[in-house]
Amino acid sequence: MELVTPELGLVFWTTISFLIFLFLLRKFAWKPILGAINDRERSIEDSLAKADAAKFEMERLSEEIEASLKQARIERDDILSEARKVKEKIIAESKDAAQAEGAKMIEKARIEITSLKAIAMADVKNQVASLSLEIAEKVLRKQFEDSKKQDELVTELLKEVKI
Amino acid sequence: MEKRSILNSKIFKLSRICALFVALLAISGTAFSQEKANNNPDKPYDPKVAIFEHIGDAHAWHVSLPLVKEFSIPLPVIIYTNKGLEVFMSDKFYNANNEETAYQGKNYAYVLENGKIKVADAAGKPDETVRVLDFSITRNVASMWLGMIVLLIIFGSVSSTYKKRVGKAPKGLQSFMEPLIVFVRDDIAIPNIGVKHGKYMSLLLTLFFFILINNLLGLVPFFPGGFNLTGNIAVTLSLSFIVLLVINFSGNKYYWKHIFAPDIPLWLYIIMVPVELIGIISKPFALMIRLFANITAGHIIVLSLISLIFIFKSLAVSPASIVFVVFMDTIELLVAFLQAYIFTMLTALFVGMAVEEHHHEHGAEI
Repeated sequence: MELVTPELGLVFWTTISFLIFLFLLRKFAWKPILGAINDRERSIEDSLAKADAAKFEMERLSEEIEASLKQARIERDDILSEARKVKEKIIAESKDAAQAEGAKMIEKARIEITSLKAIAMADVKNQVASLSLEIAEKVLRKQFEDSKKQDELVTELLKEVKI
Repeated sequence: MEKRSILNSKIFKLSRICALFVALLAISGTAFSQEKANNNPDKPYDPKVAIFEHIGDAHAWHVSLPLVKEFSIPLPVIIYTNKGLEVFMSDKFYNANNEETAYQGKNYAYVLENGKIKVADAAGKPDETVRVLDFSITRNVASMWLGMIVLLIIFGSVSSTYKKRVGKAPKGLQSFMEPLIVFVRDDIAIPNIGVKHGKYMSLLLTLFFFILINNLLGLVPFFPGGFNLTGNIAVTLSLSFIVLLVINFSGNKYYWKHIFAPDIPLWLYIIMVPVELIGIISKPFALMIRLFANITAGHIIVLSLISLIFIFKSLAVSPASIVFVVFMDTIELLVAFLQAYIFTMLTALFVGMAVEEHHHEHGAEI
């Protein structure tokens, strides 16, 4: 029975001590400790949220980069094909121009050649004519050095002339 | 890193086992010395006396260094009689030969009878007619203060570590205590009380650690421990009375409505209201009895097993006795945590029931 009979003194001291102890711990331990734990948990949560946001932002950024890369690639392709076209056009144009120029030059050359040829032909003709005349003069002179032969020719010629 | 922690835990386990054996040696030493103190050559060993001396309270703190020395630390006696307050040290009850005698105080002569202070009459016999209110700093009060000082030192240093290491990971003692604190908050307070838990955290944490440290110190068989504080009905009464006050002062209108105007047919009020009123008392009462009975029973079993050696007067019994004591001590270690947890958990549960909102909203139309 003594075991389950609370002693007044012990009840008194336990109550007083426990309340003081509760007050002391509350003031010097639980408040700062729980405050620190809460703060830390909050900061961890914040950091996690921030990390998530950063991850999201990074994904967004990388998507953006990807998109702009794609855009750039398309633009590059466009520019390249454009350049190719321009190149081909330029080449074609210059080819045409060259061809036209060549043709023109050839034409010019031909005309020149023709005129030169005409001049040369005229020259040759003159030369041939003068040469022929000279040759003929010389041949005639040789032929008609002999007067007998001159007579024979005259006779023959006269025979041919029929009146 | 992993290897090191395994090594540490092995060393830890080893040291715990060693500590347990040292404890066992000492507990047998304590029991032996107690036995010797009570033992007159003509009187056989009475385990009941030895056990009740241990689990009860005393005006002196018995210290025994096994095989070296044993003595009692005198504690202050504070008593109040109809003639007023009187304060003196408890060693006044003993003469030079360490025998109990009467002490002649200012107002009365006092004598110890079975550890209780009584006013002595002229013949040195206890006089029951004068009522003595005993507010002495007994062994239990002193050990309670010791436990409180230990906790204040621990949590003072932990809290200063928190101030020093703001925003950093816990370290040392802090990292040992933090899981316990977070356990009380996340597994006891929040599930039972909910959002309003913040107001009750101090009480719950203090209850938990106060009961835990005293349970654990009570298991230590030599000097600073070896008391039976949490197994003392006066202590559990005080704790559960504080809990009773906290529950009822934090009770909201739903709590009181549940007691005085439950949603039941009127004729049932005759039964239900008294039952609910008893419930106000019986909840803390159960807390009181549970803690008291668990801790006291554990101490009685351990001491009984040790007493076997002295009952049989044979050292040959000691191996069996010690094996059982190791077993019991291990269970007591579990019980120390378990009872601290249960007391705190049930306190949180009762407080949670008292502060719960919209308790009977669903039955409002009846």
